[in-house]
Amino acid sequence: MTEVVELQDIWVSYGDVTVLEAVDLIIQDKDFLGIIGPNGGGKSTLLKVILGLITPDRGIVKLLGDNPVKTRKHVGYVPQYASFNLNFPISVWEVVLMGRMNTVGSLRRYGKKDHDAAQEALKKVKMLEYKDRQISELSGGQRQRVFIARSLVTDPKLLILDEPATGVDFVMQKEFYELLRELKQHISIIMVSHDISAISVYVDKVACLNRKLHYHNSKELSPEDLDASYGCPVEMLAHGMPHRVLKLH
Amino acid sequence: MIEILQYDFMRNALLTAILASIACGIIGVYVVVKKIVSISGGISHASFGGVGLGYFLGINPLYGLIPFSLFSALVMGLVSKRSKMSEDTATGILWSLGMAIGIIFINLTPGYAPDLMTYLFGNILTVSTSDLHVMLALDALIVVIVYAFYKEFMAMCFDEEFASVIGVAVERMYLLLLCLIALTIVLLIKVVGIILIIALLTMPATLSAHYTHNLRNMMYLSIFFGAFFSIMGLSLSYLLDIPSGATIILVMAGVYIIHFIYDGLTKKVHA
Repeated sequence: MTEVVELQDIWVSYGDVTVLEAVDLIIQDKDFLGIIGPNGGGKSTLLKVILGLITPDRGIVKLLGDNPVKTRKHVGYVPQYASFNLNFPISVWEVVLMGRMNTVGSLRRYGKKDHDAAQEALKKVKMLEYKDRQISELSGGQRQRVFIARSLVTDPKLLILDEPATGVDFVMQKEFYELLRELKQHISIIMVSHDISAISVYVDKVACLNRKLHYHNSKELSPEDLDASYGCPVEMLAHGMPHRVLKLH
Repeated sequence: MIEILQYDFMRNALLTAILASIACGIIGVYVVVKKIVSISGGISHASFGGVGLGYFLGINPLYGLIPFSLFSALVMGLVSKRSKMSEDTATGILWSLGMAIGIIFINLTPGYAPDLMTYLFGNILTVSTSDLHVMLALDALIVVIVYAFYKEFMAMCFDEEFASVIGVAVERMYLLLLCLIALTIVLLIKVVGIILIIALLTMPATLSAHYTHNLRNMMYLSIFFGAFFSIMGLSLSYLLDIPSGATIILVMAGVYIIHFIYDGLTKKVHA
């Protein structure tokens, strides 16, 4: 069984600034990993390295056992700040169908299977009634749900979510996390989030990133990890025993 | 007015207006939605080097133009994507470089360069039947390529990052789009000339964006607007005996400005 993600000794720098330092990470099938860490700690960079969108200065990246450029089409990706063009003349339906491109191939049109998949994905994020809307006519949260639908429609083996709940209202957030819980029965998920309470409830494993990655292949982080990552003592909220991120101390 | 159609040059001019509007409508929409107006202006101006090359070699400048504009599109695309230079700067440099090359070639060509002004400002009345054949072939090529890669172009223009994750060769598609822009410029050059092309490329597309939010419909509408305004401008230029290229642009700009003001006024009333 190949690992879903395998990073070995990854270094990335922008100019003189080192963003990732000696990062090792292994993600196995059906892992649900939450990544927390301060702003500018390299979380989005790490996700882009996994996807092969950024080539590290040093280190080995394997996604689904191969070069990420080859395998990333099997990954559903929801970026934090979607790099999309807001005024682009495109409907919700067309955006979601776009996720099927990897299965359709060029020179072909979308068929019934693609339409069914798009419909299914929009239903899952409760956006089906908006399918004919212009993408610019949606609120930030609705748009985020559309991008989540677009990532689901690819039939991903791995889902990568960068702050997926940003701008999504509270009720929808809960439903969204429940959806992830359902999805992780079949696929692996990596989620970057500031929402530590959500992380503590829903994910199986937690890593903390601030240039260096603190990860013990488990749901626990030591206070030392957090200190080292955030650079100062962090006040942790513990949600009672079942949902602890922090080891008892 | 109808009797002018018995002249060959006038029939050619009308056909040119329609053929140019097809390429212009399709590619202009991409230029506008992808916000690559300035790089398109750069390709257009740089391709003046090709006109100069054509004169220098003593061939139809259109044949110098095609390889040269494709070449400048590729250089501009590669420099802006791969080097650390900003796209803006690269565009500015290549823009002038191409023009400079053209000027030197024309200077080196013995004798007077006939209808040089045509290439700079356009003169739709000088389109020959063999030019029309070239335009027809280019139009067909553009339509076929856009039809074949419609999904890829759409994904690339909408969200490059997602497109590359999903497996679109984004850089290749971008270069292909720039090449299509280069070919469109070749098609448009006799209509409005290098200097005015960018207006023809952007105005019909921008106008159509007010009426539809669908990429395909936007293309159809831009083709219609382009053809309508070109023919209107052409007729006006014939009646008033003024340059056709500039008249077409002025008609378009006039409609656009009126539309813009009307839009602003009606919005205020509603508010």
